[in-house]
Amino acid sequence: MRQWPRWMSAVALALGASLAGSGVAFAGTTLTVAAFPAIDEIVRSALPAWHALHPDVEVKIVSRELNDHHTAMTTALSTAKGLPDVMALEIGYLGRFAQGTGLEDLSQPPYNLSRERGRFTAYAFDQATTPSGAVLAVPTDIGPGTLLYRADLLAKAGLKETDLTASWDGYVAAGVKLKAATGAYLLAHARDMKDILIRTGLQPGEGLYFNKDSRPLVTSPRFVRAFELARAVRRQQLDAKVTAWSSDWTEGFKRGGIATQMSGAWLAGHLNSWLAPGTRGKWRAAQLPEGAFAAYGGTFFAMARHGDAARKPLAYEFIRFMTTNRAQQLAAFKAQDAFPALIDAQTDPFYDQPLPFLGGQAARRDWRAAAAHIRAFPVHKQDAFAREVIDTELDKVLDRDKDIAAALADAQRLLQQRARR
Amino acid sequence: MSLRLPPTLRLSPRHAPYALLAPFLLLFAVFGLFPLLFSLYLAFHSWEPTSGLGAMHWVGLDNFAFALQDEWFWKSMRNTAWLAIASGVPQHLVAIPLATFLHIAFKRWRNPMVGAYFLPYITSSVAIAILFSSLFSTDYGLINLAIATLREIPLLGQLMPQAAVDWLNDPDALKPAISTIVFWRYVGFNVVLYLAALQTIPPDLYEAATMDGASRVQQFFHITLPSLRPMIFFGVTLSVIGGLQLFEEPFILTGGKGGSDQAGMSAAVYLYRNAFDFNDFGAASAMSWLLFFIVAALTLLTNRAFRRKDD
Repeated sequence: MRQWPRWMSAVALALGASLAGSGVAFAGTTLTVAAFPAIDEIVRSALPAWHALHPDVEVKIVSRELNDHHTAMTTALSTAKGLPDVMALEIGYLGRFAQGTGLEDLSQPPYNLSRERGRFTAYAFDQATTPSGAVLAVPTDIGPGTLLYRADLLAKAGLKETDLTASWDGYVAAGVKLKAATGAYLLAHARDMKDILIRTGLQPGEGLYFNKDSRPLVTSPRFVRAFELARAVRRQQLDAKVTAWSSDWTEGFKRGGIATQMSGAWLAGHLNSWLAPGTRGKWRAAQLPEGAFAAYGGTFFAMARHGDAARKPLAYEFIRFMTTNRAQQLAAFKAQDAFPALIDAQTDPFYDQPLPFLGGQAARRDWRAAAAHIRAFPVHKQDAFAREVIDTELDKVLDRDKDIAAALADAQRLLQQRARR
Repeated sequence: MSLRLPPTLRLSPRHAPYALLAPFLLLFAVFGLFPLLFSLYLAFHSWEPTSGLGAMHWVGLDNFAFALQDEWFWKSMRNTAWLAIASGVPQHLVAIPLATFLHIAFKRWRNPMVGAYFLPYITSSVAIAILFSSLFSTDYGLINLAIATLREIPLLGQLMPQAAVDWLNDPDALKPAISTIVFWRYVGFNVVLYLAALQTIPPDLYEAATMDGASRVQQFFHITLPSLRPMIFFGVTLSVIGGLQLFEEPFILTGGKGGSDQAGMSAAVYLYRNAFDFNDFGAASAMSWLLFFIVAALTLLTNRAFRRKDD
């Protein structure tokens, strides 16, 4: 019975709050921001600073799980109903949405965002730019790729960091020694090897799977080498055969069963906070092997072309507040490991601080350097399908010993058929 | 004393049926008819959904031509056929004898027994997914544990797989795993159908047969089975339609992807992925209409197969 009055007062509070909220809404404007975790948290913690600048503008955050959010945005854009004023977009979906005309072109007046390209990490800005020069979103956080490795396991096997990073063949050879000396797998899945290698050595103008004339590129040496190295990893039993975010993957990190992981710099934060906090101090971060630079994820803010015209200036103002404001970008970095896309925010002394999780290494400096080297490549509307086809063919090579040339030829044929749809 | 409405508010018998049907018709129009027509319209268009409804372009039969030439469409159709047969045929082969057994062996406890078999049919698919993911787990699953135990038995052990089966990741094992779940889920539904039909067979037929010296097995094949024929037709039709539209079980079990080598990608899963993962709503709609025509044709064939010769 003691719960009862508390429950009542909670209802009363909620009622009061919603009444008060609606009162403010009448007085000023309410911006709707649609986001997913942890961008919703970042926006929420930015609100006090925003209200200091715009006391009469309320911000309503609509938060959904990553996939649900993007499905909801697809539906909202396709019907032009229920559009938020500002939407957060993950890079994979931005590429997809960029195929259509649903997003506001920010290169046009009054925004003229193209002039400010130099303020952002180049590759992230280019990812938001279409071949015709339209800028459809503003980058807010980036995922510079890094090689996280267990220094203690490496030492046990008598290996140095350069044994991992000098070349891809050296990386695999080091994996053999690691496995023999410590029993740990070199990496979570042989697919990770393919994923990074197809992202290295792209010719100018080439996309990941297609060139600009929609011709599939999957029989090129880039793919052959990626498949060969993935197969070498599997044949020597160097991968744990677990996919990212599975419980076996997490366990692998906790128990030291997986010695290295290529990922975005943000993974170090996740490992520290919840994936494997017990391994603090044992990890180090290196640049990816053989001078490879790649992006793993990234977030953007965009506006819908058919959004409420009256609120567009204010919505853009909010996007600028989140993306071009040094203090705000740094706050998101400190709280949520959201690596700033804003170059001005990358000069803070925070970058030189040692990271206890990485044994005191000042890894943020390396990640900043990596970010400057990453290049954006054009996206193709069949990229999602191409990825599926390539993953399938790689499975056949890894699990059923299918010939690599035959596998890639099969993939090429499937992609050719779909390329011009 | 009864409550009577004033005459002006009363429905005339002529209009009452329409008024009473209206809620259903309205909901059907919004959630049934409209999507149906919209998908038909989409099947003849190419559409980039994020550009808005105005971005549809008429492409004629292109989507259908593409679907018919698409290797993965046919692969998904073959998967569907495999899964439909492997899960559908055993459903009936088990449900008919099982229903007969329940009919004969149980009197007071019949309904609780039927309820137990019917339970999987009304269980939420999420619960089923969690249950079977753990049952089919490679290292800790009960199914592999049972196989490992059977392996110890001489002779029978030879027939068992010699290593732990990776049910959900090995393309060869995924289809049997999905079929098992579908079988488990729908066999009870068929038992209920057949039990209802069994109760309509006049008992004097069995009495007469017993007097003539017919055995239980003879009675089953010469009385029960022929009398069940209309219900078998109904049950098989439902299985054909349900089997070809199979979506939930493979979708949930493979995380919405269709599994390694797309071994668990049914036609319905593939067309869903075409629309929502690969952004090709036109091709997805065309495929769904092709699937509809195949379902219709097979239903017609089932009808032919079960038609009585004297009809």
